[in-house]
Amino acid sequence: MIEIHNITKAFDGNLVVTGVSETIQKGEIFTIIGPSGQGKTTLLRILGLLERPTSGEVLLDGISVTGLPASDPNRRRIGMVFQNPVVFKDSVFHNIAIGLRYRGLPKEEIRKKVLQKLHEIGLSGYEHRNATTLSGGEKQRVSLARVMVTGPDVLILDEPTANLDPVSTEVIEDLIRYYNRVYNTTVILSTHDMIQGQRLADRVAVMMNGRFVQSGTIFTIFTRPCSVDVAKFIGIGNIIPGTIIRNEEGLSVILTHGSLIHAIGTFPVGTKVKIAIRPEEITIHTGPDRFSSARNVIAGTIEKIMPIGIISRVSVKSGDLILLAQVTWQSVRELDLRPGDRVYLSFKVPSVHIMPDEP
Amino acid sequence: MNDLLAGCETAIRLILTADPEVLNITIRTLQITSSSVGISAIFAIPLGAVITFRNFYGKRLLISIIQTLYALPTVIVGLLCYMILSRSGPLGELKWLFTPYGMVFGQTILIIPIMTGLTIAALQGIDPGITDTIRSLGASHLQFLKTHLREARFAIMAAIIVGFSRAISEVGTAVMIGGNIKGHTRVLTTAISLQTSMGNFSLSLALGIILLAIALIINLFMSFLQNR
Repeated sequence: MIEIHNITKAFDGNLVVTGVSETIQKGEIFTIIGPSGQGKTTLLRILGLLERPTSGEVLLDGISVTGLPASDPNRRRIGMVFQNPVVFKDSVFHNIAIGLRYRGLPKEEIRKKVLQKLHEIGLSGYEHRNATTLSGGEKQRVSLARVMVTGPDVLILDEPTANLDPVSTEVIEDLIRYYNRVYNTTVILSTHDMIQGQRLADRVAVMMNGRFVQSGTIFTIFTRPCSVDVAKFIGIGNIIPGTIIRNEEGLSVILTHGSLIHAIGTFPVGTKVKIAIRPEEITIHTGPDRFSSARNVIAGTIEKIMPIGIISRVSVKSGDLILLAQVTWQSVRELDLRPGDRVYLSFKVPSVHIMPDEP
Repeated sequence: MNDLLAGCETAIRLILTADPEVLNITIRTLQITSSSVGISAIFAIPLGAVITFRNFYGKRLLISIIQTLYALPTVIVGLLCYMILSRSGPLGELKWLFTPYGMVFGQTILIIPIMTGLTIAALQGIDPGITDTIRSLGASHLQFLKTHLREARFAIMAAIIVGFSRAISEVGTAVMIGGNIKGHTRVLTTAISLQTSMGNFSLSLALGIILLAIALIINLFMSFLQNR
């Protein structure tokens, strides 16, 4: 178990990490997501003991590891892989063996462990190759194996696939999952790729302005963002201001740009709020749908249709309210959707998330 | 042009006939230069590593001073060493003046700044990701330094080559500390200087060609090591 106690880091008086606290359980994959420049790398460098916090400490199974010398046995229980693949100007074998050599293991044991790791990362037979001649993805696999061969309890990865192609990214993600499941290694990973967070994480924290603004399961973060900034970051296309005008039977009715939207909420009447609705949750009809169970139905006119790969985003205007709906390219053709068409948008009450209206 | 051709011809003849005097001077040159380079490396490489990885007040100034000393005139080093090694100097009791030991001492002083500065440049050129990786793998202080030096080995080898080239080609220190005593402290550069002053241009040129040939062989050997 790794405990982060009120970590703060300032560079030249500028706070980069502000009072971050969290407990990460043994064997958990904990992902930190957030835009670039929000302190993710600095926090990970503190957890990887490459940077000393200005205040606070990191505990590993109850033992403070902050400030320990690099060769301390407890310090050596934490391994780190960086964004840019790092290899030494040496053979692949030497690259993977180096951490074991630091630990003074016998040659034969080193050889056995290195060959096993080469097999795990799919680079058997590469041991004599010069590591600098490998591709970016292969180098990152070597970087991962170099850490994992030392058997760390905690694996820290700072945007490990940020510079890799999709195929290499998938290989690295598979390896991360493999090491987590087979060796029960605790994984702390940062990424600005939300989908990667979704694919890998047991739990996610969103880091903004040097602090964890929200943490929880990926489902919570993706469906119940705590703020407009988080909602924007996770890609919720519709974030609309409104006012609670009524609360009835556990539902709030929100007035937004002249339209009424129903949502589950507990904000008092009169509260100014922001509502978030994923375009994927909105269904588009060319006429009123009598069979739909959706409570929210808004009639409007198509403003524009924006194709994004095999899907299309349809912008619909209803009075001053503009909503984005997401449909497949096939649906656009079948419904013969065109700008200027009159359509009906429907979405269910749980699809609407109410957030406090922040400046 | 005739002198040049004659010089080449003489050089080939001296090499092929293994002229005892030239052989003696060449071996002494190699002994003195390689000793200076070896001793300098022992001091300069760890010193360069310490300066690179330690943070201290005046570090930038110190590096600038070291880099300035690349241009140290050999006669100034010779003069300083002469004063240090002369009977009344602080190391006079060693009686190294006009001995090969004194010449090694002088050349070492001359090339330590170059080798230190180039070691610093070599280590500073290492990708910061390598440093982070070494630290995160739990290296001790000694392992940290050794891995960095290994990583920068090609650039450090280049520093050694530059130090060797500077030492083998310098004449100021060799003359002032060694005194160009035949059979004792005469090296290729001092012999060239002497032969030139005596008007034996072709012999001077021949010795110069031999000196360059040695430098070429050493460089080729180092390149071979780098490519391995």
